[in-house]
Amino acid sequence: MNKTGFLYRAFDLYYDGFRSMRLGKTLWAIILIKLFIMFAILKVFFFPNFLKEHAQGDEAGYVATELIERVNSE
Amino acid sequence: MFSHLFLDIDAGTINWSRAQFALTAIYHWLFVPLTLGLAIVMGIIETKFYLSRDVFWRDAAKFWQKLFGINFAMGVATGIILEFEFGTNWSNYSWFVGDIFGAPLAIEGIVAFFMESTFVAVMYFGWKKVSPGFHLASTWLTGLGATISAWWILVANAWMQYPVGCEFNPDTMRNEMVSFLEVALSPFAISKFCHTVTSAWIIGAVFCVGVCCWYLLKKRETKLALESMKIGAAVGLAASLLAAATGHKSGMDVAEVQPMKLAAMEALYNGGTDVGLTAIALVNPFSQPDYQNDTEAPLKIEMPYGLSLMATNDPHGYVPGINDLLNGFTRPDGTVEPSADEKIAMGKKAIAALAAYRNAKKTGDDQTASSALQELKDNMQYFGYGYIRDKSELVPYIPINFWAFRIMVGAGCLFILFFAVVLSGCNGFPRKLWANRSITSLPAWHYWMAIALIPVAYIASESGWLVAEFGRQPWTIQDMLPTWAAVSDLHSSSVMITFFLFLILFTTMLAVEISILIKQIKKGPEYEKN
Repeated sequence: MNKTGFLYRAFDLYYDGFRSMRLGKTLWAIILIKLFIMFAILKVFFFPNFLKEHAQGDEAGYVATELIERVNSE
Repeated sequence: MFSHLFLDIDAGTINWSRAQFALTAIYHWLFVPLTLGLAIVMGIIETKFYLSRDVFWRDAAKFWQKLFGINFAMGVATGIILEFEFGTNWSNYSWFVGDIFGAPLAIEGIVAFFMESTFVAVMYFGWKKVSPGFHLASTWLTGLGATISAWWILVANAWMQYPVGCEFNPDTMRNEMVSFLEVALSPFAISKFCHTVTSAWIIGAVFCVGVCCWYLLKKRETKLALESMKIGAAVGLAASLLAAATGHKSGMDVAEVQPMKLAAMEALYNGGTDVGLTAIALVNPFSQPDYQNDTEAPLKIEMPYGLSLMATNDPHGYVPGINDLLNGFTRPDGTVEPSADEKIAMGKKAIAALAAYRNAKKTGDDQTASSALQELKDNMQYFGYGYIRDKSELVPYIPINFWAFRIMVGAGCLFILFFAVVLSGCNGFPRKLWANRSITSLPAWHYWMAIALIPVAYIASESGWLVAEFGRQPWTIQDMLPTWAAVSDLHSSSVMITFFLFLILFTTMLAVEISILIKQIKKGPEYEKN
């Protein structure tokens, strides 16, 4: 492989960088745990797409009914 | 079809959804400003290395980059939670304005995020791999990427305060973008960006000076502390002065497009010309004042003509008060601002016209649809007022706006003085003042005071956001959609559960960040051999 080529140098930058991380390893672990909690737990179990679940494919109709009816709510 | 809908949205759902959004936004904003501020400090320090090739500056740059990296890692993706909340808690809002609001957020995600993540890798991994010039460029571009990211988020937020460049489509029930440039380069967005970013630089500078003072207190890393403090103080002084100037421009924008927010910030019940700027007044922090019957807040001390000057650039300019805005008023140029009751009536007409239009379209009655559409267009400007049940709902909570504004401005003035003194001490100028003392050997309480200013800077910055967001209430989008129309028809208990989950998650992350930061500060810079 051409070790002076751009692709090799870019790969080497990341490979060597990740390999020699010290504090970075802890930070990456925190980032990954955080992303897991956000996307695999919070998003899946607590933050569904409300309109997708309730509008039965007619989002415009659902929102129109909501916005028109709420004007009369007390 | 949707007859099962609850017509009365649980007040708890609105309040918990608001509280949850506020909580996540406040926590997110603990991480962002330090990223923006430290980017400037570390960029300048690395520039010093590039120009001098003195390894001291390289080691100093690496030290500040390490602290930047800890904060960056903790803050990354915390803003995504806000987007989750849009889709679940604020689904009407998301559908109604998603076409416009989503565009800057998408650009932020694609352009700025990739820019940041590319150059941040070069900044951390590239010290021995790329040329000093390329490395320096990567460091600055990392900061620029974060700043561009902030730009698009602030464009989205500014649009909520001042919705421009859009047109409502009653068929799709969406506001559609008609001018990207109007949205992206809205004057409100520009002012907001300049003020927010300069205030973030202040946090970076206060943090830098605070860390340096801790080293001076411990009598270690004296050279790093002194040299970094010079840079931190210079950045801080420049940023504080710029924040004051951009704050003035923001104030003028608010006066023009959100006069109720300005009136609440000032506890200005009745407006007029030659209005003074309230320095302090006895506004009860725990209850809404009786603005209808009181002439002004008690024990008010004001700077004559100050508010007129701040709002209109003219000491004799007209500034409406809360009662003027509710009852309607005539501006000095003769234009008449309708009363709240008139706006509410027009809003109700707009919503009724929307219902008539959609019904007519369903039955194929084109003539009725056409006249309803015209009625909707004629009254669309006040669409959101149709949801207002009592005009008092149009008045934001005055105590929070009043006090948060004073905390922000007071802290801003304190920082100008603080950075000027630190800069003076670092340079030993004026000589008379510093003849018999050095900034590196002051009594301990001086350093403790500087360290204590770190949380003050955060409180000031968050106070600015409280003014921006509480002052917009009851609107999610100014004049277009109040919170109780924007919120999803959820049960409040489900929002409450996620509120506490976020509280635990974010508090843990903050505790971890502070702990890692303190550990690294205690460890200090690593000096490499040349």
